[in-house]
Formats: sequence, C-alpha cells, structure tokens
Amino acid sequence: MFEDKPRRGERSRERERPIKRFHPVYLTLLIPYAFWIWVPFYNRIDPQLFGIPFFYWYQICGIFLTALCIVPVYYHQEGRGK
Amino acid sequence: MNVTIAVFLALFVFVALLGLFGSRWRAGDLSQLHEWGLGGRSFGTLITWFLLGGDLYTAYTFIAVPALMFGAGASGFFAVPYAALMYPLLFMAFPRLWSVAHRHGYITAADFVRGRFGHRGLALAIAVTGLVAVMPYIALQLVGMQVVIAALGLAWRIALPMMGNVSMPLLAAFFVLAAFTYTSGLRGTALIAVVKDILVYITVLAAIIIIPSELGGYGKIFAAVPPSQVLLPPAPDHSLGAGFAYATLALGSLLALFLYPHSVTGLLSSSSRHVIRRNAIVLPAYSVALALIALLGYMAMAAGVKDMPEYAAGFKSFGNNFAVPALFLHMFPHWFAGFAFAAIAIGALMPASIMAIACGNLFTRNIYKDFINPNCSPQAEARMAKIVAFAAKLGALFFVLELQTTYAIQLQLLGGIWICQTVPAVLLALYVRLDPRALLAGWAAGVGLGTWMVASLAFKSSTYPLHVLGWTVPCYAAVSALLVNLLVSWLGTVILRATVGTPTKDETVAADYA
Repeated sequence: MFEDKPRRGERSRERERPIKRFHPVYLTLLIPYAFWIWVPFYNRIDPQLFGIPFFYWYQICGIFLTALCIVPVYYHQEGRGK
Repeated sequence: MNVTIAVFLALFVFVALLGLFGSRWRAGDLSQLHEWGLGGRSFGTLITWFLLGGDLYTAYTFIAVPALMFGAGASGFFAVPYAALMYPLLFMAFPRLWSVAHRHGYITAADFVRGRFGHRGLALAIAVTGLVAVMPYIALQLVGMQVVIAALGLAWRIALPMMGNVSMPLLAAFFVLAAFTYTSGLRGTALIAVVKDILVYITVLAAIIIIPSELGGYGKIFAAVPPSQVLLPPAPDHSLGAGFAYATLALGSLLALFLYPHSVTGLLSSSSRHVIRRNAIVLPAYSVALALIALLGYMAMAAGVKDMPEYAAGFKSFGNNFAVPALFLHMFPHWFAGFAFAAIAIGALMPASIMAIACGNLFTRNIYKDFINPNCSPQAEARMAKIVAFAAKLGALFFVLELQTTYAIQLQLLGGIWICQTVPAVLLALYVRLDPRALLAGWAAGVGLGTWMVASLAFKSSTYPLHVLGWTVPCYAAVSALLVNLLVSWLGTVILRATVGTPTKDETVAADYA
C-alpha cells in the first residue's frame, strides 16, 4: 500500500524533479551574448551600411539574431510538450 | 499649432474612454485582486505582446534614450544590447516564475519569495525594494507627459492649495489615469496598450522615413555627430575603458528589468507559460523600434534644433529631453506632430497605470496582508490595492510638481541598482535555494554598496571606476554590487549550513516550476 510508505521529506521531493537531459540546442541561446560581449570588435566606423557606421548597424542586426536564436529552442521545447 | 493640439486631444479622449470601457472587456469580478490587478491571468500572446511592449518601452524611454544619444553619443546605445539580450533570459527563466506563481496564486515577486523561503523579512525587503524603485519611474512618466504638454504649448495653469500653480493638462491627464486604473485595472491598461503601440509604430516608421530624407540621408546625419561621440572612446592605458562600462550597463539593466514590479505584473497576467516564451521571440520587434528611436537623437543634432530660438525655452526647462519633441515639431506636418505627441503621452499613461497597479499589488499583498491585517477578505484586499495604486500616482504627481526632475532621475538610477540586488532572492531562487538569512545579508550589502558608489559620484553617473591590480575597471554599480551580494549570499549559506543548519520552509516543489 502506498499509504504505508514513510514520508521522507526533502529527499522524496527531490525525486519529483523530472529527469532532465541537457540538449545542445540550448547552446544557441548563448550566441547573442557572444555576439555582444567583445565591445572593441564592433566599436568601429567601417564598413558602413547606407551611411550608418558599423557600431550601429551591427547591433541592430544583433536584435534580429537574438530573436532567431530563441526560435529553435522554442520548437525543441514545444516538441517535448513542456 | 491648433491642428496639432486638436489631433492630440482627439486621440487622448478616445484612449481615456477606451480605458474606462476596459472594465467590461472580458468582464471578471473586479473585487478580486487577481482580476483587477492581473486581468484575471487571461491575456493571450497578442495582448501580452502589446501589454509588455507598452510596459517595458515607456514614454520616458522614448524621450530619454534619444536624449542620451543627443547629449553623450554612442554610449547611449547600450539600450540596444540591453533590449535584445534580455529576451533569452526571459525565455529561459520567467516561464518558471509564471508556473510557480500560477500554482500557488502568487501576484508579486515578493509573494514568491515568501513562499519559497518562508521568511517574512526577506519578502518584505524584496517588496520594499520594488516599491521604492518603481515610484520614481511613475514620476518620470509624468515628466514625459510634461515635456509633451510644453511642446504643444498648452500653458493653462490653475492655482491649487498646497501645490501652487499646476499645469491644467497635466492634472487632467492625472485624473484620466487615476479613473481608468481604478475602475478597470489591468484590463483597461491592456486595451490602451494596443492603441498606444500602434501609434508608436506609425510614428517611428514615419520618423525614420521622413526625417532622414529631409536631412539628406543617414550619411549626413552621422556626419553631424561630433567625431568623438560617434564611437565609444578608446580605452586609456591600464583601463578597460568605456567598452567595459557599456557592456556592464547592458548586463545590469537586463538582469534587473524583468524583476521590476510592473514587469512581473505584466508577465503574470499572461494566460500560460507558452505565451511568455512566444513573446520572447516577438517582443524584440520593440527593441528594433527602440534602436531607431535612439537614432532620433542624432537626427535632432543634424537638424540643429538646439540652436533654434523657438525651442530655447523647451531646452531650458527640460534639457536634452526636449530634443525629440523639438525634432518632431520641426520636421513633421502639424497634424502628424499631434499624432506623435499623442503616442508619447499615451505611452506615458499606460505604463504609469501598470506601475501603479503593481504598487497596489505589492503593498497590499506583502505589507498590508503580511504585517497589518492578515485576515482581510479578498474584497478588502482588492479595495486596498485600488487605493494604494491611487496614492502611488498622487505621490508621483506631488514628486514631479514639488521636487526637481533631477531627483526623479537620480532615484530612478538608484532604483535600477536596487532592483538588481533582488536577483539572488528572486531570479536565482527559481533554480537554487540559498539560505534566506544569507540572502537578506547579501541584499543589504548590495543595496548599501551600490548606493554608496553612486553617492560618491554625486548621483551624476552609475558607472563606478573600480581599481583592481593597477587597472581601472569602469563598471556599472549594479553589477559590482551584485557580485558582492552574490558572494555574501553564497558564503553566508555555506557557513549557516555548516554551523546552525538551515530550516526548510519551502512551500514550492520542483514540479511547480515546470
């Protein structure tokens, strides 16, 4: 009978944790941070785009990149019904 | 000018009526706190997108970010990495907060802390941090409103007892805000958010097409920026330079943003964790708008609005915050300037409403119910929250009228640093449970140190130069204070576990977060 099992407090709680395996798709979430971390790389004028210095258009492109990097992780999680 | 005012007023009145009508939209029992203060946790992906977009990208952002670019150049662009890199964090961490809040009926971050740690002192510290940080934010929304009112040239004033000569339009806007927040709660705010965001997108689109073509293209615009400001200055010898300050400003800001009470209110009002995850993908659209708005600061430089006599009075009263309104007046046809100003003014009204609601939720749940009247009925709870939301706005109005705007700006600067100190007890607690006493000590250390650093810079800047091994490290004070905070919290937990042991009063279990 289940009722006869002694309560084990913390330990049994820990076991309710769903088994998680790390999936490499999560690494794509680190790409945007890598994109921005080294400021001297993009702190420059050239190459320009429509007269806009590199510093500005590089970072605006980064916004699109960030959104795109979340997409594969989203589909991975939805696929697992989380 | 009259056309400008007419268009502005027409849009403003429309939005006021919409806000009042909000109580009937997806009607719920508004005498319940989660119905009034979280919209019944019912908002789907699209409404949440509008709501969070309006909530996070406020009128003040739209005025202050270009003003920063206008005054300081490239360093103001840190808002862009900040507004992009917060989304992977939102995507990973905050669905966990939504789930645990949904399971246990939490309405605020402090509710979660009390449940997770069973420690009333720590929950109080988190609640007070949130309240103190969000109040000057409301005041700054009213400042944004003042800038627009001045740009429209609405100079009607009324003498009030105790408050002196008060701008009539500001007072009218205040009552509109108070009325729809009280009657409709978050539902009214969400409806207004839809209109606000549409106005903002149209304005931004028009601005980036019309203004550069009139000024002769982006090449000409960037040529008008002083060469020393187009890029971050190169690092001097033995210093990590402005680049490091830039990166830490973005990091500290993005860690703090979703812990602000109004962000938590917006997030928890969504109908499922999927809504939050989808929004992490679609919300960056606002960041693109923000980046383009930031460039308006340079367009204002190129247009030379600062030296035009007709805008001298505005710059004198509001400093660089007048750059964007002056640019709109100078560049847009009259009717469209009215449209753009309505976008900014409504963009002030809507986040101010969520912030006030968040104050109501926080005070009622984590101070009134926890410490003053534990047995209050759900109806009394909701009534209390409505009253506090009103009081918070009244406080903000008083702040704006009686004190100098610089105090609100300085307090908001400090607020960001303080909110960042709730990272270990709220954000980290979604994954790891440190000892609440150690967390409280860490919080106190972080808040104390952060405040001290900014005070020693005379509240002018939040980038404190650290000296490490002969190197100068200019670091956003929120980040260095957070490092100390984390160190104290972690060391304290290790010591407490090894000596007196840690009692577990955690009402949440691992499955609650999934």
